[in-house]
Amino acid sequence: MYSHDVVIVGSGLAGLRAALEMAGHLDVAIISKVYPSRSHSGAAQGGVAAALSNMDGDSVEAHTYDTVKGADFIGDQDAIEILCSDAPRTIIELEHYGCAFSRTDENKIAQRAFGGHSFKRACYSADRTGHALLHTLFEQSMKRGAELQIYSEWYVTRLIIEDGICRGVVALDIKTGKLEIFHAKTILFATGGYGRAFKITSNAYANTGDGITAAYKAGIPLQDMEFVQYHPTGLYEHGILLSEAARGEGGYLINSDGDRFMSKYAPTKMELGPRDIVSRSEQTEINEGRGAGPKKDYVLLDLRHLGKAKIMERLPQIYHLAKDFIDVDAIKDPVPIQPTAHYSMGGIPADNDCQVFLNETELCKGFFAAGECSCISVHGANRLGTNSLLEALVFGRRAGKKMLHATNEMKFSPVNEKKEISAAKLEIDKLLYNKGSEHLASIREELQETMTYKVGVYRNANDMEQAQQKVNELKDRFTRVKVSEKGKNFNVNIQEALELSHMLEYSELIVAGAKARKESRGAHSRDDYPNRDDENWMKHTLVFRQPDGSCELKYKPVRVTRFEPEERTY
Amino acid sequence: MEKVTLKIFRYDPGKDSQPYYQNYIMELEPGITLLNGLNKVRATQDASLAYRMSCGSAICGSCAMKVNGHALLACKTQLCDLAKNGLVQIDPIGNMEVIKDLVVDLEPFWASLRKVRPYLVPDTLDNPELERKQTQKQFLLIDDVTTCILCASCYSDCNVLEVDNEFFGPATLAKAHRFIYDSRDAKAYDRLEQITELYGVWDCTHCGECSTRCPTETKPMARIEEIRQAVMEAEITNNNGARHVLGFRETVSKSGRLNENYLPARSVGFFNIPALLGLLPVGIRMFVKGKNPPLIHKSIEKVKEVKSIFSRLKKYRKIKPQHITKGDINRLDEDSISERKV
Repeated sequence: MYSHDVVIVGSGLAGLRAALEMAGHLDVAIISKVYPSRSHSGAAQGGVAAALSNMDGDSVEAHTYDTVKGADFIGDQDAIEILCSDAPRTIIELEHYGCAFSRTDENKIAQRAFGGHSFKRACYSADRTGHALLHTLFEQSMKRGAELQIYSEWYVTRLIIEDGICRGVVALDIKTGKLEIFHAKTILFATGGYGRAFKITSNAYANTGDGITAAYKAGIPLQDMEFVQYHPTGLYEHGILLSEAARGEGGYLINSDGDRFMSKYAPTKMELGPRDIVSRSEQTEINEGRGAGPKKDYVLLDLRHLGKAKIMERLPQIYHLAKDFIDVDAIKDPVPIQPTAHYSMGGIPADNDCQVFLNETELCKGFFAAGECSCISVHGANRLGTNSLLEALVFGRRAGKKMLHATNEMKFSPVNEKKEISAAKLEIDKLLYNKGSEHLASIREELQETMTYKVGVYRNANDMEQAQQKVNELKDRFTRVKVSEKGKNFNVNIQEALELSHMLEYSELIVAGAKARKESRGAHSRDDYPNRDDENWMKHTLVFRQPDGSCELKYKPVRVTRFEPEERTY
Repeated sequence: MEKVTLKIFRYDPGKDSQPYYQNYIMELEPGITLLNGLNKVRATQDASLAYRMSCGSAICGSCAMKVNGHALLACKTQLCDLAKNGLVQIDPIGNMEVIKDLVVDLEPFWASLRKVRPYLVPDTLDNPELERKQTQKQFLLIDDVTTCILCASCYSDCNVLEVDNEFFGPATLAKAHRFIYDSRDAKAYDRLEQITELYGVWDCTHCGECSTRCPTETKPMARIEEIRQAVMEAEITNNNGARHVLGFRETVSKSGRLNENYLPARSVGFFNIPALLGLLPVGIRMFVKGKNPPLIHKSIEKVKEVKSIFSRLKKYRKIKPQHITKGDINRLDEDSISERKV
């Protein structure tokens, strides 16, 4: 058994930022299933939002309003106010840590336009802003040396909560196959999103919602799981992210006729509409037969008019991704794109200091969540681009501050080591020795296809009914899954089986939440209920796990401070 | 459909007495990346095969592996570009111990990184509520080097590390460069001094493998060259590497050719008796084999032309070396960078 005052699970922006706040004051450990520099925060490209007003007359107020509106009025406004008002300080802090930012003529941090933002608000480092931020925090973590212990390539399989008190986690050392308890006074989950359940996704292979599933299985409800953001510019068939910065810098979206179709859907903002609207517009173009290519199943991102110099200085990564993955030269040709599952708005419900809720009102002692795995909720039904890096940094720090205080006032609560280890072992043994012959990769593939095609950009009762049945069928088949590799040492087979079990568990919740929500709001868009219904549905979904493994939906109100819901046009 | 054979290095220290290769035959689908090919092998043929992967979009650096002898990122490489005569050989990246199959122990790589204070060491701030000022040109100075994703491809294929695992390695030197050339860092000079010591920037043999294998714009060898120039401009010359450069220049500028008897002694220092004695056995062996350079060093015929080249070069030196500061280093290179960028 390992013991630390604080255990942070996840080494992306939120986890690292929280760790820096506590290192040196408490015994802090980070557990990550990858190495810190490989966390998925690094894949964010276009920028991080803050009303610095380096380019124009932006304000925190405008940022707040844009975020509330972008969230389709289901974000919690007090949390959004915190996010936006702390943004400028956050960016300056990261600059002082050494993050390399692109610069203006006045030698300040440069900012660019982004979808749904009414000013040039996205601070950027070319088109690899997440990478620059992540590596900066990784550098800072190395500066702390022994003050910060990092367990890389450890995979957390269980969260231990008893009597409303969080006590530790059980983790698998991937290198040796050994299960260990990490005993802690406080735990932070910063475990990222759950987009890997989709076939077309910009998410890393690692983004299998392990944290949210562990929390759910430990009795924590999950919030707003139905809100999954589809990013408008995923590289065709690969789903790989091509940054919104491409449009922020002036790129066009065109259909097979060469028309800039966004003029029909968001005549004012055009390509810089928010992501939910742009993704739907693309899908409509494809569905109505104006898609490009032999199968008419994609649209095009046209950068040609920007010219080589601008593309290579501001959007080099996009250029290389298109070239390396589908051999398209973005300087000469438009790039085939399609909506791709991108961001998980839902997750572990937490208060404005990142402490996790046990139910609609009560908090769980010693358990915190920050970043994409959390649902605070600053993004509501649709996140604005560049607000996720910001959220991870702002709320990572807030979690750290709150935990610093809380941990000092807490003792280690007892953990039944034998019981927890044997429960974790049983879970693995069930996969290893169930004598079934179900094919793991097929179950995964069928799940991903179901989620992309039945619970995708457009949803309806019929499709989701089918999805629900399919997920249940797959869950049943999974009890007979074959894991052929039995070794202890770096057993990726057992890891992918555990990951798939998580994907199956939370996919059911996405479908359940989406099926119940009979309206269209933000990223959740239904053919059969095309309008937003504030009277009945201006509320957060909370899904609870029942003792028999089924789920129960409850709801909790949205916190409105300044902005009443209004029609959302761009 | 065309077939391709993946010949993959297999080794599980818990099971296998020694490594072996296993062949997997698969269809060469158009547009399939190597990583997707491997995933297909795992999904349909052999779930025990171990390798690392995460983002699948060339930004996390997990899936570096050796293919046909050289390190690359599996996720961004098209399988059809690799299939020579229908065969692709895949090995773990080099210079590190194998944990299982294509997974290596990266600890030496991270340990190396920690040697060079891999974080900004800034001056005190004038106003802690504002960003530090930096010009776009100064940003572009570190733009290329900050694309590094720490995939360790350079570390894998570095020829120096193969014989000397104390060498800092290309990624670490690139990380040092990233701060030396950052106008906001206050310790450029100290950093230069540190990496001119043993195992640092002078131990690189300029083979170019690191830059060839680098999947980003980091190109470590180019950064190592820039550091060396900065070291010379800063006159940090009390080390073998710098003395070697100076000795090289002295003999070539005087005689038009290298004085191979003079250079080794000049590099280690004429009064460094132990090091000079250390050179003796090599010298004697060369003499015995008749490989020693002529004892009397003669100038080349057109030595005047060489001298005039050197005197012209002198005019282009912009900065008095003893006064170099970090700002000067940056100014020095802004011009060369802007040429490289545009």
